[in-house]
Amino acid sequence: MSLPAEVPVEAAATPVLLEARDLTRILPAVVPVTLVKDVSFKIGRSEFVAITGPSGSGKSSLLYLLGLLDRPTSGKVFIGGARTDDLSPAEMAHMRLEKLGFVFQFHFLLPEFTTLENVMIPMQKLGKLSARNQLDHATTLLADLGLEDFLHRRPAQLSGGQRQRVAVARALANSPDLILADEPTGSLDSVATEQVFDSLRKIVDRQKTTVVAVTHDLELAARMERRIHLVDGRIDWDRQQA
Amino acid sequence: MMLLLRIAATHIRTRMRQTVVSVLGVALGVGFSVAMASLMEGSQRDFTATLIDAIPHVEIVDEQRAPAEQPASTVYDAVAYYGLRPKEDLRGIRNPTEALAALRDWVDGKLAQRLSGQAVLRYSGQDIGMTLTGVDPKRELSVSNIRDDMRKGSFEDLGTTANGLVIGDKAAERLGADVGDTVTLTSASGVAKRFKIVGLFHTGITTSDEGLAYAPLKAVQILLEKPDIINSIAIRLNNISQANDVAARAERQLGYKAISWEEANEGLMEAFFVRNVIMYTVVGAILVVAGFGIFNIVSTIVHEKARDIAILKSLGFPEADIQQIFVLEGLVIGILGALAGSALGFGLSSYMATIRFEFTQDVEMTHLPIFFSGTHYIIACLLALFSSGIAGYIPARKAARLNPVDIIRGAT
Repeated sequence: MSLPAEVPVEAAATPVLLEARDLTRILPAVVPVTLVKDVSFKIGRSEFVAITGPSGSGKSSLLYLLGLLDRPTSGKVFIGGARTDDLSPAEMAHMRLEKLGFVFQFHFLLPEFTTLENVMIPMQKLGKLSARNQLDHATTLLADLGLEDFLHRRPAQLSGGQRQRVAVARALANSPDLILADEPTGSLDSVATEQVFDSLRKIVDRQKTTVVAVTHDLELAARMERRIHLVDGRIDWDRQQA
Repeated sequence: MMLLLRIAATHIRTRMRQTVVSVLGVALGVGFSVAMASLMEGSQRDFTATLIDAIPHVEIVDEQRAPAEQPASTVYDAVAYYGLRPKEDLRGIRNPTEALAALRDWVDGKLAQRLSGQAVLRYSGQDIGMTLTGVDPKRELSVSNIRDDMRKGSFEDLGTTANGLVIGDKAAERLGADVGDTVTLTSASGVAKRFKIVGLFHTGITTSDEGLAYAPLKAVQILLEKPDIINSIAIRLNNISQANDVAARAERQLGYKAISWEEANEGLMEAFFVRNVIMYTVVGAILVVAGFGIFNIVSTIVHEKARDIAILKSLGFPEADIQQIFVLEGLVIGILGALAGSALGFGLSSYMATIRFEFTQDVEMTHLPIFFSGTHYIIACLLALFSSGIAGYIPARKAARLNPVDIIRGAT
């Protein structure tokens, strides 16, 4: 299998949305564990970036730092040019709500709520749209992802691919600047993987949203515009892909 | 807040059996505490009402609170007395007409003079020690409810029969005497006088029914050899809350000890207070136990919903929101329990109010005295909500502190 040609990244081609500067995360323990070490990069708007690497290379840890779910031991994360290391936990939560969207390997939908309700929860929390507009927006998002017939089903009544697409719709609910996906197709079969990948592709192409996805799937990673490869918590290489 | 409430409601709705058990725990706590408080306050009020009916609101007696000042003390700064002997004098309130007239000027209520003393009642060879009270029947009826307690004859007949006597039905029963019979009363100094029974009363208080007798004031003054002397003035006020003030002013004015009904029953009021403290302590303990049930269910939900907590945090819900969700779960259970408990408490109180029975000793009672008060419901519900709020808060704090990364990493 031939992989697309790769060129090293000099600088983000588009305005910078996300910047990691000398990020290091060390887990305190009797023998401290270094998860991420001196990682720096910039990601522009509407980029579709894969983070790859062997197991234990720090991919997910890096994603949690970028998504403000974890705090770095040292270094900084800038989102939209704004520092995030001096934010309080509540301010970080608000930034996650407004500017970030997450898709995890396991859908993590709230099981007692319907598809529509799951997508509407972030909008209700943010409260920028009226109840009517929230409903319309959620319905449109789910329809775009081919889920218009499953609006009132609960997660347990959906297939794995459908659940993951609902998770993508939920991540898009507040029209974030950045979607962070942690192995979004890791638990799916090939058909569902294609559906979810296509969904993410659409987001980048249509909505100009930046997507950063951690993946083990090299074939999938090869289809993204840029790939950052980690080994032992450090960037081994960072290349644009044709 | 509505969103958080919806999430909280969804969590507890999906654990219906546990929720129902927890709600029942709170409901039983609230219900029984309301019923107990209704019964306690009912009995307190019933007892107080009986007491207020039975005794004067203010009673002026022929005593002084402090010993009389010796004349030498008014002249010298320091005086030592040795071998003082009390002056041989007849005790009692002198010039009762003048004292009563002075009080009538300002007291808002009715007054009656009395002369009480010990006497032995003899009939058909049997003797009973009695407290004999000489009264002006018309005035006495204006300060006491003895008329309502009359079982035979008439209290007013004391006014038309010079040597009339009204005794308790139990005393009459012991003696085998009845209305119309003539009995002999003998005073402590040996003076004997014949009286005709004109009425029998039954107060329900055994000591009164067996040992209290009423006779015209003049006759008693003759029997006890205390002419124109009384030893107490009974006052029945139109507003009993003025009792302490009236007592204090009367004491200043006449120089005799004046006792309000509250002062006379100070120990009893303290006993009621202690009883209420004990009751609410028990109620609090019941609701704390109910709180453990809520703690248990909310802790279980926090444990089971760790993944949801992580996802809500990743979606942008701050720690405060997560905490609120689980505190709300505790409060929702508490509110449901408080509502159900209030209904249960009302039902129990209403049922208890219908139970009828009779004691023949001491105080007669024909039904359980229940007092319905919104305060009981408010106190029980607030205690329940406080208990459920705390029970929800402890696991909620733990939930808010969960690290989403740990949960997401551990997810399979």
